[in-house]
Amino acid sequence: MRIDCPLCGPRDRREFYYQGEAVALARPDPEAGDAAWENYVHLRENPTGERRDLWHHEGGCGAWLVVTRNTTTHEVFKVELATDVKRSMA
Amino acid sequence: MRFSGLRVLRQGLTGNKGWTPHWRDPEPKAEYDAIIIGGGGHGLSTAYYLAKEHGMTNIAVLEKGYLGGGNVGRNTTIVRANYFLPGNSEFYSHSLKLWEGLEQDLNYNVMHSQRGVINLFHSDGQRDAFARRGNAMINQGDDAELLDVAGVRRLLPYLDFENARFPIYGGLLHRRGGTARHDAVAWGYARGADQRGVDLIQQCEVTGIDIENGKVTGVQTTRGAIKAKKVGIVVAGRSGQVAAMAGMRLPIESHVLQAFVSEGLKPVIDHVVSFGMGHFYISQSDKGGLVFGGDLDFYASYASRGNMPMMEHVMEAGMTLMPMIGKSKVLRSWGGIMDMTPDGSPIIDKTETDGLFIDCGWCYGGFKAVPGSGFSFAHLMATGNHHAPAAKFRLDRFSTGKGLMDEEGTGAQHNLH
Ligand SMILES: Cc1cc2nc3c(=O)[nH]c(=O)nc-3n(C[C@H](O)[C@H](O)[C@H](O)COP(=O)(O)OP(=O)(O)OC[C@H]3O[C@@H](n4cnc5c(N)ncnc54)[C@H](O)[C@@H]3O)c2cc1C
Ligand SMILES: [Zn+2]
Repeated sequence: MRIDCPLCGPRDRREFYYQGEAVALARPDPEAGDAAWENYVHLRENPTGERRDLWHHEGGCGAWLVVTRNTTTHEVFKVELATDVKRSMA
Repeated sequence: MRFSGLRVLRQGLTGNKGWTPHWRDPEPKAEYDAIIIGGGGHGLSTAYYLAKEHGMTNIAVLEKGYLGGGNVGRNTTIVRANYFLPGNSEFYSHSLKLWEGLEQDLNYNVMHSQRGVINLFHSDGQRDAFARRGNAMINQGDDAELLDVAGVRRLLPYLDFENARFPIYGGLLHRRGGTARHDAVAWGYARGADQRGVDLIQQCEVTGIDIENGKVTGVQTTRGAIKAKKVGIVVAGRSGQVAAMAGMRLPIESHVLQAFVSEGLKPVIDHVVSFGMGHFYISQSDKGGLVFGGDLDFYASYASRGNMPMMEHVMEAGMTLMPMIGKSKVLRSWGGIMDMTPDGSPIIDKTETDGLFIDCGWCYGGFKAVPGSGFSFAHLMATGNHHAPAAKFRLDRFSTGKGLMDEEGTGAQHNLH
């Protein structure tokens, strides 16, 4: 699997640390309550097919990336800088 | 039909014409007392113990593919009871005792071989940790022996003891640990369940779970609707999807785990050897193939195959530990989908829906759990009460933070186990 880092170009999967589903983009408010936090910390959609993860280009530029990919074929559709995604959500 | 030595001999001499199918291929009925979703090791053993221990014989196992086509037929077959934490300890201890009587109980040769599992250590700190684990195992009533280097050398003379990065200091030997023939375990339980009247229905995918007023009423399948007041979800890597049919989100992420087998060799590795520092473990099958594996690929995946980086890593670790295996050729590699929980321990529990039960989260260690999980899950489904050895496998331990079972001590967080 290769990930096309927006800053560094296509790189081997080994350069990246996988953080999991990109839930951190929508962190609940500290006062959102137990259910919202349980949902955020533990419960997962875990879909087959398309999903968004957070990856860290630790062996490269150090950027946090939002990777949209297919969990059954390992195809990578889209790689964006997490800062850009977060900004566009605001 | 009962198997016996005499029967094998007689059949062998008369052309093996008298063997009959191990189970029927029934049409699904309109209604059952209970339905098990998933015909893997855990689903089949649940059905077997529901029938045998609780007299529930009007039940069905619904399997979307064929029996034993999932992880139960893809694992590296290690059976052991060397857990440390309360909750896990008593459960795996119970499961190992069931293994020890399994072949007689099922009248089926599952090739359970207690050849001994050796976990190697490479520093004083690791030795202390293993001594502590060994003591926990002994306190649980299981066996453990701490070996020094000479002790390991006697059993495993072929290791690279003087390795510069990971010199071998000793190992923890668990003599009652070993391996079993994975397919035979699925087949043995399937045959035993079928003989007691359980309908094993293959090519039958569950596509929906029917719930009315908070109570389960049945399931929708590719072979029509089937009613039941009790439904058990036992689908390993697919737990997230099936639970979603009941409107649930689970503390589970599915990951791929790979394994490898070499060409057949003469007997050379007599035990199960585990090299934790390198994330590598190995045993030799009765056919002679070296069966080995390592860690998860470490990203969510539903592909039953992995990627090159982990293959390379596993081969490197193998060469570090026992350079002699470099001469053998890898014959096959494959992957299975693991239902990973945040703390790396399983779930056997009721759900918020009346009559709907779930058994999942076995991560990469659920083969050894097949007898114990089926026994405890059947107890829960039949009686509504948790079975003592599995009573700590609660679904709500993540939300409450009580009773987390994090064997590795890395924190109850996704992607750390
Ligand atoms: C490479 C590898 C090595 C492993 N090594 C070990 C080991 O050495 N020791 C150990 O203890 N464990 C090991 N494991 C883990 C162990 O194999 C699993 O934890 C265990 O087999 C999972 O339980 P199961 O047998 O019930 O799963 P499965 O056999 O996967 O059963 C689940 C079944 O549910 C069916 N299903 C899914 N969705 C539906 C649906 N909608 N409708 C109907 N049916 C459905 C599937 O088709 C499947 O047959 C390993 C796993 C892998 C992949
Ligand atoms: Zn980069």
